[in-house]
Amino acid sequence: MATAASRTTNPLILLLIVSVVGYVVAARRPARTWAQGFRAYLILGLVVIAIRTVFHIVFGGALGETVLVRLPELRLPQWAAGIRLGGAVSAEGLVSALYDGLRLATLLICVGAAVTLADPRRLLRTLPGALYELGLVVVVAISLAPQLVESALRVRRAQALRGANGRGLRAVRSIGMPVLAMALDRAVALAAAMDARGYGRAGDISARTRRFTAGLLLVGLLGLSLGGYAVLDASAGGSVGLPSLLVGVLAAVAGLAVGSRRVLRSRYHAEQVDPRSAVVAATGVVAAGCLCVTSVYDVTTAFPSTYPLVVPQLALLPVVGLLIALAPAGVAPSPLATSVETSAIPARRADVVGAGRS
Amino acid sequence: MIRFENVSIRYADAAGDALSGVSLTVPDGELCLVVGRTGSGKSTLLGAASGHVPHFTGGRLSGRVLVGGRDTRNHRPRELADVVGVVGQSPAGGFVTDSVEDELAFTMESLGIQRPVMRRRVEETLDLLGLAELRDRPLAQLSAGQQQRVAIGSALTAHPRVLVLDEPTSALDPGAAEDVLAALHRLVHDLGITVLLSEHRLERVVQYADSVISLGGSGQPPRYGVPGEVLAASDVAPPVVHLGRLAGWSPLPLSVRDARRRAGELRDRLGPRRVTDHRAGGDVVLRATGLTVRYRGGPPVLEDLDLTLVRGEVAALMGRNGAGKSTLLWTLQGALKPLRGSVRVGRDEPSALNPADRRTRVALVPQDPADLLYLDTVQAECRQADSESQRPAGITRILVDRLTPGVDDESDPRDLSEGQRLSLVLAIQLSARPAVLLLDEPTRGLDYMAKDRLGAALAELAGDGVAVLLATHDVEFVASVADRVLVLASGEIITDGATANVVLSSPTYAPQVAKVLAPDPWLTVADVAQALSGVA
Repeated sequence: MATAASRTTNPLILLLIVSVVGYVVAARRPARTWAQGFRAYLILGLVVIAIRTVFHIVFGGALGETVLVRLPELRLPQWAAGIRLGGAVSAEGLVSALYDGLRLATLLICVGAAVTLADPRRLLRTLPGALYELGLVVVVAISLAPQLVESALRVRRAQALRGANGRGLRAVRSIGMPVLAMALDRAVALAAAMDARGYGRAGDISARTRRFTAGLLLVGLLGLSLGGYAVLDASAGGSVGLPSLLVGVLAAVAGLAVGSRRVLRSRYHAEQVDPRSAVVAATGVVAAGCLCVTSVYDVTTAFPSTYPLVVPQLALLPVVGLLIALAPAGVAPSPLATSVETSAIPARRADVVGAGRS
Repeated sequence: MIRFENVSIRYADAAGDALSGVSLTVPDGELCLVVGRTGSGKSTLLGAASGHVPHFTGGRLSGRVLVGGRDTRNHRPRELADVVGVVGQSPAGGFVTDSVEDELAFTMESLGIQRPVMRRRVEETLDLLGLAELRDRPLAQLSAGQQQRVAIGSALTAHPRVLVLDEPTSALDPGAAEDVLAALHRLVHDLGITVLLSEHRLERVVQYADSVISLGGSGQPPRYGVPGEVLAASDVAPPVVHLGRLAGWSPLPLSVRDARRRAGELRDRLGPRRVTDHRAGGDVVLRATGLTVRYRGGPPVLEDLDLTLVRGEVAALMGRNGAGKSTLLWTLQGALKPLRGSVRVGRDEPSALNPADRRTRVALVPQDPADLLYLDTVQAECRQADSESQRPAGITRILVDRLTPGVDDESDPRDLSEGQRLSLVLAIQLSARPAVLLLDEPTRGLDYMAKDRLGAALAELAGDGVAVLLATHDVEFVASVADRVLVLASGEIITDGATANVVLSSPTYAPQVAKVLAPDPWLTVADVAQALSGVA
């Protein structure tokens, strides 16, 4: 879905993406503590649009003829030439800023949906052994955020017993101190517990091999992020993207293969993909594909012109593609239905794959 | 199995040794109980057996500790994980995954055990600890007792030869504590695991122990031996041992059953006793009517509940974990607004007042008193409390000294012992001169001496006319301080009456002395001692 969003600025399509994602989240949200955060991502999306628009109004270029308001313009010294404060605000510029903001917001909301629907601990199970320890650290860190909120609420409630009203600078200190102390204590306790349960036991391995593995992994990650960026960002072009992605994948796979040898841990759950999860993943890919095709062959629909202003159009292909992406709402097993518990485990993992790729 | 060779441990910046000159051997298959006052080094001793001390905590260890033949000096806790299983005080803090089955498998995954073996052991452990119905449940939804059993289970799946437990039942209601201890008992008998266990409430565990290590505090070497001998000379002992000492029984009884077989003679000496329901019909300070409380989307926690508190009484609120005790306290304080019903303190409705005025009517000491503290010295906290309560400077400090003498002005509240921290928070809350004092689980983590001091303080407060309501699982504490007991179950108060009447009629809530001397209504060793001195 995120890929789909990055390929268009058409507000109608973007809004459609948001509503599809929102519907799937609403239908298939698991009842876990950290799953309540989707609303926060929606709000974040709105904030992004607002910031993008305000920035445009303040710093924006003076493209376009339909001037809406003329703000007082600030003359900047010579060294800051090219940056303009205030001045004319045109409808064309404003609309394109809005589109851009909407695109960014949609990306964020898609990421939010992935985080909400997917259990990071399940994702962790699919990681290769060499990355397992790092992954566990990340997962523990992710689950820290809702715990912080929880302890902040608890402390605020307790502070009210001392007559504090829970506002102002004093409240920040009086709540912050115990919450931080609690978070530290909890981290230390968890680390001790993990240590006592054998986390991080290493097999025998020489220091040279370890350094070699680390180097391979570093190159792999660099290549992956470069390549991933190039593929996701349409403007960077495919000439750099694909080769670096390939190099990254190769280096990473080699590094992981070498690194995994030193890890002696085993796995309790076997993760396999069942037909349902394959469907879930496929719908995401189809939606992204439809949008990519549209962006290449139907430029006016994918990128509606803002100069001159036109009313954005909808085309059949992207709409169909996105409606297909609605399917997970029905196909993916409901987290509430316990009768399908056996298939629920692999399917929810597939949500991760689907949401991550789409 | 566990061997301490002349072990001394000193933490960085500490004036004295946390443990000194410990030389003892706990043989294979023994359940060994570690007793001692707060700060006597119980946790340090347990930590040393799992390698946690000094690898994780820092400090200097001299001598050596051998566990299953491995020296903890050159084996980190993770390299001992297949020999030693560790269970802490609050199981939730140590959970790495979020479902029961995954948690049970985590240690085995770390140890690299093959999958078929893992499957088998998870099933066995689920059955052994009675967790089979809970296997798919998220850990966060379990009760404290169930969580503690999962924590024990997750240590067991690695098939350790030693299990180290630091106060495993301190947060549990009497029923859940029984379940956990019964599970442990079974492990020792069926699987031959060596268990090293610390516990404040000895009355719960001492009858299961094969041996006892008694820590005397700084400087004194610990004593190790069979429970009867060690406890006879120890200042920390369960009521049944105190009763045995008082009656001059030898060897000392350790369980209610032992004591009961010899109690006939004592009952004769004491003569019959009649409890008078001396509940004063004094002024009502707090009156709650028709309280219904419900959290969003859930079933009601409290339903149509009526309650009155009388001036100068100490009432105890009991009931199993999750019965709604804390919710009731928060509602009475006014921080939580009931869905229906009202709470009146005098003419005021606490939930309608602002927080500062509310605490001059009803004060609450929450389950974790540390939540209220945020300054870096005891002195600063006291001054802050004086100004919050608009009382003359120094009043809070005087209150602290009355509750627990000897708390250093300059020390950090987080470094205080549980008992000292509770006293500080209690003093802060009392500085506002409330008419009603509510306490949520005040005896958690307190040793017998700190409990005695708290009991005396509560009695004194009641004497000054404050109405006290405490939610607790500690039956012995209730028997010694409370005038009245309320039992909460499924959102309603199902029993309300004088302590003796309620407690004697219930097998779960009866204190040890009552069980020994039944059917005569004696509650505490102090009562018996008083009666005996009257007879003689």
